[in-house]
Formats: sequence, C-alpha cells, structure tokens
Amino acid sequence: MSLRSPLGRVLGLGTAKDGTAHWWGQRLSGIALVLLGLWFVVSVATMPGFSHGAAVAFIGKPFNAVLLMLLSVTMAYHSWLGVQVVIEDYVHSNGLRVASLIFSRFAHIFFAAVALFAILRLGIGA
Amino acid sequence: MNPNDRPLSPHLSIYRWPVTMVSSILHRATGVAMSVGFVLFVFWLADTASGPEAYAVFADAMGSVFGRILLIGWSWAFFYHLSNGIRHLVWDAGHGFEKGQANASAWIVLAASVVLTVIFWVLLS
Repeated sequence: MSLRSPLGRVLGLGTAKDGTAHWWGQRLSGIALVLLGLWFVVSVATMPGFSHGAAVAFIGKPFNAVLLMLLSVTMAYHSWLGVQVVIEDYVHSNGLRVASLIFSRFAHIFFAAVALFAILRLGIGA
Repeated sequence: MNPNDRPLSPHLSIYRWPVTMVSSILHRATGVAMSVGFVLFVFWLADTASGPEAYAVFADAMGSVFGRILLIGWSWAFFYHLSNGIRHLVWDAGHGFEKGQANASAWIVLAASVVLTVIFWVLLS
C-alpha cells in the first residue's frame, strides 16, 4: 500500500516539489558539454600558437564567440548543479550549508557574466 | 567482552576498493577540479579581453612548470569526466548495469581518459 495520494503519484513530484528537474538539467547540460567541450579541446589543440594575438583572433571570430558563450553558460550551469550536490552531501551544519549554496550560486553566475562580457568585448571589438 | 574490542567489518583501511568505487569517486573529484578550472577558463577569456599585459601574466603563470602540471591535470580531469559522463548517460538509458559490464566500462573509461590526454598534448605541442 502506498501512502501517497493518487494526485501525488501522477504528478510524480515527491517531497521536494521539483521532481526530476535537477537530474534532467544535469543530463541535458552534460550532453551539451560533450559536444561543446570536444569542440573546445580540439580548437585549443589545433590553435596556431598561444600568443595574445592568436587568442584575440580565436575568441573574436563570430562562430567561436557564439560557441564560447554557450560553453561558458552551460559549464557554469553544470558546475553549479554539481557543486550544489557536493555541498549538500558534505556540509552538515544548516547555516553553513545554506551560506555555501548561496555563495556557490552567486559565484557561478558572477564568473559566467565575466566570461560573457569578455567574449562579447572581443567578438564585437572594443 | 568490551564493546570496543569487537571486530569492525568492512574496515576502510583493509577494504579492497572495487574499480567501480574508484571511478565513482574520481567522477566527483574531477568534477570539483573542473569547477575550479572553470574559473581559470574565465580568467583566460577576461585576461585576453583586458589586453597584452594581463594576458602575459596569465600566459607566464600557465607556462611555468607548476602551471603546466595544473593544465595537464585539468585536461585529464576533463577527459575523465567526459568519458565517465558518457558512461553515466549509457546507464541512464538503462544499459550496462551487470557487474562485469560496470567493471569493464570503468577500466575502459580510465584507459580512454589517459589516451585522450596524451593525444591532446601531442596535438598541442
């Protein structure tokens, strides 16, 4: 016998109320990162040198700039989800856990914003 | 008998690690390492956008022996997490759960991560 109501079962949300959103977001961003990540390491491995000029030329190309923006945002999202689970697993004091979760979320959004600004600046040409 | 003298089992220090356990721990460890690597990636973008002086500081730090060791470590972490992530996606699709299959895929992932890291650095140099 299940203690869950028929409505609760059909919605499938469990006690956390957000169901499988975290799981699904992690898989989906993981699949995206397989493609974006492989593109990035192949691009880096075949880059013509590592001078400042070479980096500016690479990031500034419209195609690269768009993929780098997607990579930055997807990486920040995937990393945020992963770090969240690690914090929830290992930080047991309530206050410290909530503080760490807030800090991690802010930090991920901050670095994503820095990445997007830098790419746009090189892509549009400052 | 003193309760403290009772045998403990399985004790961590004498526990033989199954390869699937190693692969699971490494997946989390390489993930955390790459969260730090993400900050480095953002520094690369930001220092490139800031100009040649900022870029030179970044390039010097990464070109040092310590920087290169970190970069090799991060590249291996990337290839490990990538390979093992695909292994997780196969599990999510409902395949590969038999003990023999899980052990074999753990070894394949470990081997693939090393081979891909070597190929990456050979292409790079």
